[in-house]
This record gives sequence, structure tokens and C-alpha cells, in this order.
Amino acid sequence: MDFKDYYAALQVEPGASDEAIKRSFRKLARKYHPDVSKEPDAEARFKDVAEAYKALKDPEKRAAYDAVAQRYRNGERFDPPPGWDSGFEFRGRGNGAARPDFHADDVSDFFASLFGRAQRGARAQHDPFGDTGGGADRHAKITIDLADVYHGAKRTVTLQVPHTDSQGHVTLHERQLEIDIPRGIRAGQNLRLAGQGDPGTGQRTAGDLYLEIALRPHPVFRVDGRDVYLDLPVAPWEAALGAEVTAPTPDGPVQLRVPPGSTPGRSLRLKGRGVPGTPAGDLYARLALALPAADSEPTKEAYAALARAFPGFAPRDALES
Amino acid sequence: MEQPAPAPLQLVLVDTEPSFTLGALCRACASERGTLIALVEEGILAPAGADPESWRFPAPELRTARTATRLARDFEMDLGTVALVLDLLARIEGLEARLRRAGHR
Repeated sequence: MDFKDYYAALQVEPGASDEAIKRSFRKLARKYHPDVSKEPDAEARFKDVAEAYKALKDPEKRAAYDAVAQRYRNGERFDPPPGWDSGFEFRGRGNGAARPDFHADDVSDFFASLFGRAQRGARAQHDPFGDTGGGADRHAKITIDLADVYHGAKRTVTLQVPHTDSQGHVTLHERQLEIDIPRGIRAGQNLRLAGQGDPGTGQRTAGDLYLEIALRPHPVFRVDGRDVYLDLPVAPWEAALGAEVTAPTPDGPVQLRVPPGSTPGRSLRLKGRGVPGTPAGDLYARLALALPAADSEPTKEAYAALARAFPGFAPRDALES
Repeated sequence: MEQPAPAPLQLVLVDTEPSFTLGALCRACASERGTLIALVEEGILAPAGADPESWRFPAPELRTARTATRLARDFEMDLGTVALVLDLLARIEGLEARLRRAGHR
């Protein structure tokens, strides 16, 4: 286990005041909070920052951490001697029950070795859920490809399941679940796996597992709700004279009729070729003009002939106001 | 390490379910009744039904409720501010969808 430098995580000096620590946490939270951040590794960064703040905002935890930090520099192996923390007593779980604490295994092993993973058990006992009780629900995110949306997919999800032994110590066990992603699923939707959340205590039922679906961006297709968008390049003569062209769709290529007199930016709708479902979404092919290069005598002559054929063509007329 | 026997999975696409009761939504986002009732009073959640016992929350409100409770907890925001942030996030999402449709990635 590596020692974690919580002061570095919060970008403050070890002697920083409580106010400075809070200020820095707020700033970093705004930057990395998964609900507002566009940073690619936001979730992992926020967890680090939140864990550091959780340790340093509490004077008792901070004192305990400082005592250990004096002996261990960042990156060194950290092996807490048995009973090292006996001089400290950790009271309570923050300022009351209204604020749900972090999930027990949202903290690192390092944090858990200093301050324990006891929060989850404490919450289950005081049972804030009134009429339901039982184990807590869990949430996870899975990223799928557009092809999975069209065809469905199988995924293996690895869960970290907390297990409490007879002495009350909590360890994490890995468990794997095979799940079927139904076709037609959309980003932001949730799958619920009944009974796959935290185990309940005694006769209580286990919680559920929610899997939120995220969609990996596709290099060719853009997805918006049920509809799928595609930029379809056409040659000038295809746009002007009309043509039968082959267009890719996530379901395989289709023949598409480009009407004569088409202009770039015009969208052709393929009804029902978007995200499958009831109703299925549509696929929009937006025409883009691809210009061949004039890189030989015959092709230069072709462009020159085009110019002669349109003596009055004024492409920039619309710019005059 | 023990390996429990694989049980048949009961898998439900949440959006096809009609709705959550208050208790089920509390559990699904690890929040207390009072927190979710306050979110309803603030207009952040809009269940059908007259009183908490008969409230039914449409499935997409799970995402709203989770985001709202996370923002309130992690930024120590009051719920009026949470409502404002959610509105602004929805506007950003709408603008980004328009950009995607227009061909920007």
C-alpha cells in the first residue's frame, strides 16, 4: 500500500489553515466534480480530492494523518503497525445523519487502514430508508459502443462486494456478473439488477445494482436521443444531378437516393434507422460537398468549362447587405 | 474467497418501469425521505400524486435526484442553488446536443 499525500492532492502546504484547505477543496471540486466537469478523468480525480478533504477537514483525522505523514513520504510503502492508531478515537460520522457519507469502498485502502471502512455498517443499522430497509443500492456506470445499441451486447461487470467477518472487519470481495445489454438502450438510461446491491443484514433484503449507460463516441455517427446523425459527402454532380449512393449506417450500408438539386447541409432522413425501439429513431444523413482536386490538365479544363457554363454565377451575393 | 453460486439475474430497464415510490427513490439514491421531500418542495423533482405516500416519480427523476443530492452534499449547496445549477446543466446539455447535430464533436 502506498502512502497518500493528502496535502498534495488538495494542492496546499502541510501547514495550511482549515480555511485554505476548504477553499482549495471547493475550487478543485468545481473543476473535477463528475456532475459538472468535462475533464476526462474527473471521477477519479474528484475521489482523490474528496478523500483528502474528508481526512483533513476533521481535526482528529488530520492530527492522526499528520503523525503518520511525518514518518512516511509520498510514494513509499505504507504498512501501519498494528494498533498504531490506538491513541486516537474517532467520533461520529460527521455532523449527523442528514448528509449521506461516501460509500465505504469509495475510499482508498490507505484511507481505510487509517480510519476504517465502518460508515456503511453504521448507516445500515440506523436505517434511514424507513419503509424499505435492507442493503443499500449500488450504482455503476458502463460504457457501450453504438453497435451494442443496435444489436445488444453481453458485458461482464466486476463488483466489489463488502464482506463483514465475525470481528466486524470489512473486506472487499470481487464478484463478476454477466449481464445482457438490451438493444435500443440509450445513454443515461439505467439498468437495475434486483438484489445485486449490498447484502442486507439478517432477514433484510439485499439492495439493487443500478448500471447507468454511457455511450462511447463514434468516429462517424453522432447520437442524440433516439436519432443518429451522419455527414455524407457527395460529389458536386451527385448533388446537382441526383444520384444513388451507398451510405453507411450502424446496421450496415444502405442505398440512398440523393435528389437532383441537393445543397450541402440538406439532411436526408432514413426513417426508423436510428436507435432501435418502439418507436425506433431516425437516421439523418447530412449532405456535405466533396470537391475533386484540379490536379491535371483534363480536370483543370473541366473546372474551366464549368465556369464558362455559369457566367452569371455569383456565390458571394448573399454576403452583400 | 467464497464464490456464491450464480443466481439468475433479474434485469430491468429502469425507463420501462412506470415510476418510483418515495421509499424506492430514497433507496435508489441513498437519500433520506426529508431530503427528497425538500427536493420536491423546491420543484427539482415533480412526482405525480398528492402526498408523499402516494407520490410516484417518473423513472428519469432517478438521475435528477442523484445529481441533486450529490451537488448538495459535495458543494454544501442549498437547494435553491442546486435547482439553478440543474437548470444550467440542462441548458448546457441542450446546447451540446445542438452542436452535435450540427456536426461538432
